Amino acid sequence: MIDFGYGLTPSATLKVENVKNPHFEQLHALEPDVVKCIACGSCTASCSAGVFTEMSLRRVILSLQRGREKETLPMLRHCMLCGKCQLVCPRGINTRHLILSIGKVYKMEEGL
Amino acid sequence: MSQNVVVIGGGPAGIEASRRLRDLGYTPILIEKEPVLGGHLARWDRLFPDGVESASILRPMLEDLDGVKYFTDTEISSINRLKDTWVVMLSNGLSAQVRAILLTTGFDLFKAEKKEEYGYGIYDRVITNADLETWFKSGAAPQHDDVNVIGFVHCVGSRDEKAGNRQCSKVCCVTAVKQACEIKERFPDATVYCFYMDLRMFGRKYEDLYLKAQKDFGIRFVRGRVSEVSEDLDGHLFVKAEDTLFGKPLKIKMDLLVLMAGMAPSAETQELARMVNVLPGEDGFFTPQSIIGSPCSASREGIFYAGTATGPKTIPETLSEANAAALAIDRYLKMPQKR
Repeated sequence: MIDFGYGLTPSATLKVENVKNPHFEQLHALEPDVVKCIACGSCTASCSAGVFTEMSLRRVILSLQRGREKETLPMLRHCMLCGKCQLVCPRGINTRHLILSIGKVYKMEEGL
Repeated sequence: MSQNVVVIGGGPAGIEASRRLRDLGYTPILIEKEPVLGGHLARWDRLFPDGVESASILRPMLEDLDGVKYFTDTEISSINRLKDTWVVMLSNGLSAQVRAILLTTGFDLFKAEKKEEYGYGIYDRVITNADLETWFKSGAAPQHDDVNVIGFVHCVGSRDEKAGNRQCSKVCCVTAVKQACEIKERFPDATVYCFYMDLRMFGRKYEDLYLKAQKDFGIRFVRGRVSEVSEDLDGHLFVKAEDTLFGKPLKIKMDLLVLMAGMAPSAETQELARMVNVLPGEDGFFTPQSIIGSPCSASREGIFYAGTATGPKTIPETLSEANAAALAIDRYLKMPQKR
């Protein structure tokens, strides 16, 4: 092969139609409230870890819904389970329990 | 002698429906618990989307009450069914026997102190949309002279399950944008932020107002709900939110924070519902027979609704519904009585 000095760049678009999400369905069965998120960002704003790290529960939930679970572990590992997000969630989601369930379903125990 | 109709609640819906019932040949008996008619509208300075004065809408209505019997400072003591009529006892000792009652009990402004994390009633520099209107209306000077950074918090007591108000209050988005422009007119050098989750600019000219806020007033819009407010030693505010479009938490020092308190069901709803034997919705507002098909009729014979008693509405929607309710009552009273 002649090297022309350029190559193919993989598409950066989200392929949502191909997302097979058995884990998310499992999570949904365990935590029905996970689909109630309205992405207001209250959790992230009050997150004691989010000030110093990339932790953002809003983005974790979105990433899981889009089948990008690999992106969530680096965020979730910073969570200290303080529960402040639960105090401010306007939809009343039990966020602390949700984070524990994400760890369980996605087998992230060692990371968390 | 013309037939009486009892109208409970002397806000825009009650006043408008009473005038219309009078035009149709009835004698409306309008009951208001406050010392003056006009409801929330009487306390508001200007209205979206064009900024007309509230008084310019309310004054002509109040000047046209000939033929309407109204009682202020009056409450409902009891309502009882007697054959096919309703007997309404008033706190002033009077009573009326009527075939139709119109409930125009409106809404209560959400009590912003319930959202303790925003510090209303704790921090001096946290005020509500209603406080701001009072300030605009009275022309009184602001409490603080260093007002350089001002924030508006949308959805205070709206779309909030924990606050017991799941519904969108509908009018706060455009009210916030209106007030942001108005405050910018008074403090041209100030930086004004709006913290929103969604901007629901559903009405005609609302989107234009939003555009004007961006283009002519330089209002800065941040997509994220304010999660908490704290105060520093000088009494300035620290506001925390996530800039959800940027994906990072945000902290900002502010000199004034305006909470957009939403619409909650009026406190009288449960008691009146019990008196006329109807069941309010899960959200605490009265529920009409059909939200689409017959928004003014209750499931009980002779009971009608208009305005925000059945959920958040704008002033023009309320006035249209008041007219619709008057017609629905007229149609009902003209039907041959069942024996």
